[in-house]
Amino acid sequence: MIETRGLRKSFRSRAGRETKTVDAVRGVDLKVAEGEIFGFLGPNGAGKTTTLRMLATLIEPDGGEATIAGADLRKDPAEVRRRIGYVAQGGSTWDESTAREELVLHARLYGIGKAEAHRRAARALDAFQLTEYADRKCKTYSGGQRRRVEIALGIIHEPKIVFLDEPTTGLDPQSRAHMWDEIRRLRADGMTVFITTHYLDEADALCDRIAIMDHGEVAAEGTPAELKREISGDVVLVGLDTAATPQAATLLDAEPYVNKLETGDEGVRLYVEDGATAIPQVLRRLDHAGLDLRSIELHRPSLDDVFLTKTGRSLRES
Amino acid sequence: MKLARDTWLIFERQIQLLLRNPVWVFVGVFQPVMYLLLFAPLLKPALNAPTQAEAYKIFVPGLLVLLAIFGGLFQGFGLIAELRAGVIERSRVTPVSRIALLLGRSLRDVVSLIVQAVIITLLALLFDLRVFIGDLLLAYLMLALIALMTSAVSYGVALKVKSEDALAPLMNTVAQPVLLLSGILLPLTFAPGWLQGIADWNPFSWAVDGTRALFAGDLGNDKVWQGLTIVAVLAVAGVVWAARQFARSVR
Repeated sequence: MIETRGLRKSFRSRAGRETKTVDAVRGVDLKVAEGEIFGFLGPNGAGKTTTLRMLATLIEPDGGEATIAGADLRKDPAEVRRRIGYVAQGGSTWDESTAREELVLHARLYGIGKAEAHRRAARALDAFQLTEYADRKCKTYSGGQRRRVEIALGIIHEPKIVFLDEPTTGLDPQSRAHMWDEIRRLRADGMTVFITTHYLDEADALCDRIAIMDHGEVAAEGTPAELKREISGDVVLVGLDTAATPQAATLLDAEPYVNKLETGDEGVRLYVEDGATAIPQVLRRLDHAGLDLRSIELHRPSLDDVFLTKTGRSLRES
Repeated sequence: MKLARDTWLIFERQIQLLLRNPVWVFVGVFQPVMYLLLFAPLLKPALNAPTQAEAYKIFVPGLLVLLAIFGGLFQGFGLIAELRAGVIERSRVTPVSRIALLLGRSLRDVVSLIVQAVIITLLALLFDLRVFIGDLLLAYLMLALIALMTSAVSYGVALKVKSEDALAPLMNTVAQPVLLLSGILLPLTFAPGWLQGIADWNPFSWAVDGTRALFAGDLGNDKVWQGLTIVAVLAVAGVVWAARQFARSVR
């Protein structure tokens, strides 16, 4: 459904007299299959939105190519526009307009006739449970209602693919769960959904496949389960005082059962085959060296561990 | 065909939103009426006009051109609000004609200007202003072209600077010399030679002269076709440039 090769974009920013070139996206290769929810996971500034805006024809790539729903992004952006929907992160509704007016106008901008536009608006309002507020001004809506109007706008022309930029950012937990259901419903209707997110749980629970993005590049790609499986075994978190951390890290790194070790503010993080047998050994080793440990915790690898091993940083910290 | 349809869609929405805001409509009419009632009475003695009607013949066309220039130049502010709300970006992901995004908005500005102009003309009729309907319609055409140009330029600049803080001083800096050098408030016939020399390079000065000639019933005056031509060429250039800004990347 989407295939990109070497998609690039850099921006020039001026600070005083100097102009600096920032490589926002440096060569992204992606394949998104029909009918899946594909997620771009990464911290702010990783290049997710820039990539999305390129795919949605809003900014022109500096290099690379992409085919979207069968249309060539560089050669025929007008055709790409007809086949995709795009919902921006910052919103797209006008305070003084009503949801119905927005939907009808937006449908008509896609070349849909007046009567059909009204029919589709009514259907969309119904599907997104907005009929009750349909003729009130957008400024009276709650955050969740407004986001639903925006998603309805993005799919009013029945595109093959819809791009959603951070669809749940700023929503309360209940609206968020509601939004996940809406997104799954789009997939059930046969649409391909491409979302960006910086929430680990969202990527894990909602997406069929994800690409982890960092510093303008795809660091890893696969289903959440596959990615987690790549980190075989368990994770042991050892809580230590800052002063004790370097010594403990050196000691534990030398142990045969530790596959990989990361140090952080809270202590060290060990990747081991079997956490249950590793813990007593860790305790013994540290006790032997006279190091006090504050806590010890065992857990299954999360997407954050994947992120950490791929990028050397935790998504929670960045 | 698609351009006409898309332009109409944008225009229809803009007019709808404009009418929904009664404050704006009130301000748009109130301001020029104030000029007419509170400023114009000074003109008969100042211009040495034989009658009040003569003074209005000079002042009303100037006032109308003034409204066209200012009404247009400050439309960019509304666009910046739309940019911020994401409405422009939402339009740009659709296949809608980029020229229509501009023209639909500029045509709203032209229509609201013409409505203002009609109200002022009707009021001036009460003060014994007399003008032939044919000449008046040509004068309105001139005003429409001016408003089309200034609003297009304002939209284009708004898309470039993307902030009210930059747009306001920029537009004021442009508007002030343009206003002073066009003989809008007082005809430049009183001006010293060097000032008239500079004013000759101000397209709005030609537009004002042309509009005054039309109000004076002097259709054959060269200033009429010259003014119309200059303004028409500039309007086309402004529209083409601004439509390009709509097609470019907008954040």
